[in-house]
Amino acid sequence: MTKDECKQVVLDIIAEIAPDEDLSDVKGDVALREQLDLDSMDFLDIVMELRKQHSIEVPEADYVQLASLDSCAEYLTPKFNALV
Amino acid sequence: MSEHYDVAIIGAGMSGLTAGIRAAHFGKKTIILEQHNAPGGLNSFYAKDGRKYDVGLHAMTNFVSPKERRAVFNKILRQLRINRADLDLIEQKSSRIAFPGTNLRFSNDEALLESEVEAAFPGQIDGFKRLSETIRDYPDSDLELPYRSTREWIKQFISDPFLEEMIFCPLMYYGSAVEDDMDVGQFVIMFRSIFHEGFSRPVEGIRLLIRVVLQRYRELGGIRKMKTGVKRLVAEGGRISRIILENGDEITADSVLSCAGYPETYGLVGDGVAPDESEFAGQLAFSETIAVYEDLPETWGWGDDTIVFFNNADRFEYRNPSDPVDLRSGVICLPSNFEFGDRPLKEGLVRVTCLANHDTWCGYSEEDYRAAKDEWFDRIQKSILPMMPEVTRDYSGGLVATDMFTPRTVKKFTRRARGAIYGSPKKIKDGRTEWDNLFLCGTDQGYLGIVGSMLSGVVVANQYVLKG
Ligand SMILES: Cc1cc2nc3c(=O)[nH]c(=O)nc-3n(C[C@H](O)[C@H](O)[C@H](O)COP(=O)(O)OP(=O)(O)OC[C@H]3O[C@@H](n4cnc5c(N)ncnc54)[C@H](O)[C@@H]3O)c2cc1C
Repeated sequence: MTKDECKQVVLDIIAEIAPDEDLSDVKGDVALREQLDLDSMDFLDIVMELRKQHSIEVPEADYVQLASLDSCAEYLTPKFNALV
Repeated sequence: MSEHYDVAIIGAGMSGLTAGIRAAHFGKKTIILEQHNAPGGLNSFYAKDGRKYDVGLHAMTNFVSPKERRAVFNKILRQLRINRADLDLIEQKSSRIAFPGTNLRFSNDEALLESEVEAAFPGQIDGFKRLSETIRDYPDSDLELPYRSTREWIKQFISDPFLEEMIFCPLMYYGSAVEDDMDVGQFVIMFRSIFHEGFSRPVEGIRLLIRVVLQRYRELGGIRKMKTGVKRLVAEGGRISRIILENGDEITADSVLSCAGYPETYGLVGDGVAPDESEFAGQLAFSETIAVYEDLPETWGWGDDTIVFFNNADRFEYRNPSDPVDLRSGVICLPSNFEFGDRPLKEGLVRVTCLANHDTWCGYSEEDYRAAKDEWFDRIQKSILPMMPEVTRDYSGGLVATDMFTPRTVKKFTRRARGAIYGSPKKIKDGRTEWDNLFLCGTDQGYLGIVGSMLSGVVVANQYVLKG
């Protein structure tokens, strides 16, 4: 999986959690919280959906790694690639 | 062999159902155990003589526009993956706090209440605005603080005791388990959900909300067993090891969530104290009358008020009354006065809630019980007249059906100790119990009402089933 594909996975999850958010212009290097109306409950859901849909575990100490799309890609892409 | 589940939930109340959705959505093998045959708990529905009734719906609180994504109500729906349009919500017209000689109207536009306070209590408006802003900015983390008296706290904002009572009246009636006072956290939650946000209902009533929630749970593979009461929770080594059902079956579960209430749930573990006798049983019980008329109340001049919170005593008392029913204060709901537009209700309803004495109603013989219901039904209908606009015609001939429920009814159908709808005055805000895998959700976790209990189920499931 490439980093761009990984970002798309995260965006797809956000689209499910928050169907009324406009995701067409999310910047990779800006915190998701600053661009979208996401709170801690929503972040928990991103983590839970990663586990449910992709069997990726994100321990609570690593939640900060999911702050922006870029940091998500940095952190999650190796995890995805380790799956296969 | 007993079946094993990841999560077992006691009670198909609103909080049990939403907790079930969260657990099932994330792949937990989940079962909801409900002793009654209908879901919804205090917020259920029934049919009598071919007519459909809602048990506990006057209004859903916390109404906000769908755009306010951070608002509690929208958050809950997001967490449940429920599409808000499916709930077919309509807003209230306006509601009123009616005290002797003074009325304060409010609506889903919070500016209305502010202007009403300004007109009726000009000297208090600055304090009221400060109160309102303090509540808006109140830190969420402080909501979890141990009990503090609002009576003390509110004095820094409101110095007129009459206005203080008027503010308390709706907030107590829609959510206080404490006599004549409220926890500050609970007061803040209720102020926001009623005065800052507002009232709505599904056009069809509570059935629609429950149908949508149940369908969600079912499509996620959640299991639900009705008429399946939990008889006993067996505790071993600081955990609940087995769940014994009233039908004799036994199951086991990693986590057990209960929306049955605090003394009620502890009673299931068998601490030897009957929930009704527990020092933590609620002291506040209510009666509710439902009068069904051929025509809508707007046809006799009652077309403006959605809900009226009234008090006609010198001093507003929110406590267990000595009479069977306390006629001096209460809540009048006219369900047809939501914005139904071109889909009006076919019959007019007048619902009245009053404080009622649990021991008296539970002590009557069957015969006396029926007679007392008839007597108090009539007295309640008469007692509300001074609080309502002058009628433009005699409407009493159009009465087509009536029903009344009392603390005895609530006790019978939901098993709430002492029939106390708002549960124990002691709230367990972190949801934990003495047993590692047993958690409380709903009313006695501190969030009550329809929307509050839905939130509680989500929060408790997140914290102890999903994160844990
Ligand atoms: C007359 C009335 C009017 C109301 N009006 C409004 C309103 O207008 N707006 C509003 O927001 N709220 C209203 N409420 C309050 C609201 O309905 C409740 O606060 C809310 O539904 C509580 O939900 P809960 O999940 O905490 O628990 P409950 O609804 O009490 O659910 C508990 C469930 O557990 C089940 N149970 C108990 N013991 C056992 C056992 N041993 N085994 C199996 N199951 C068990 C019960 O049968 C019940 O279904 C009203 C309530 C009443 C009664």
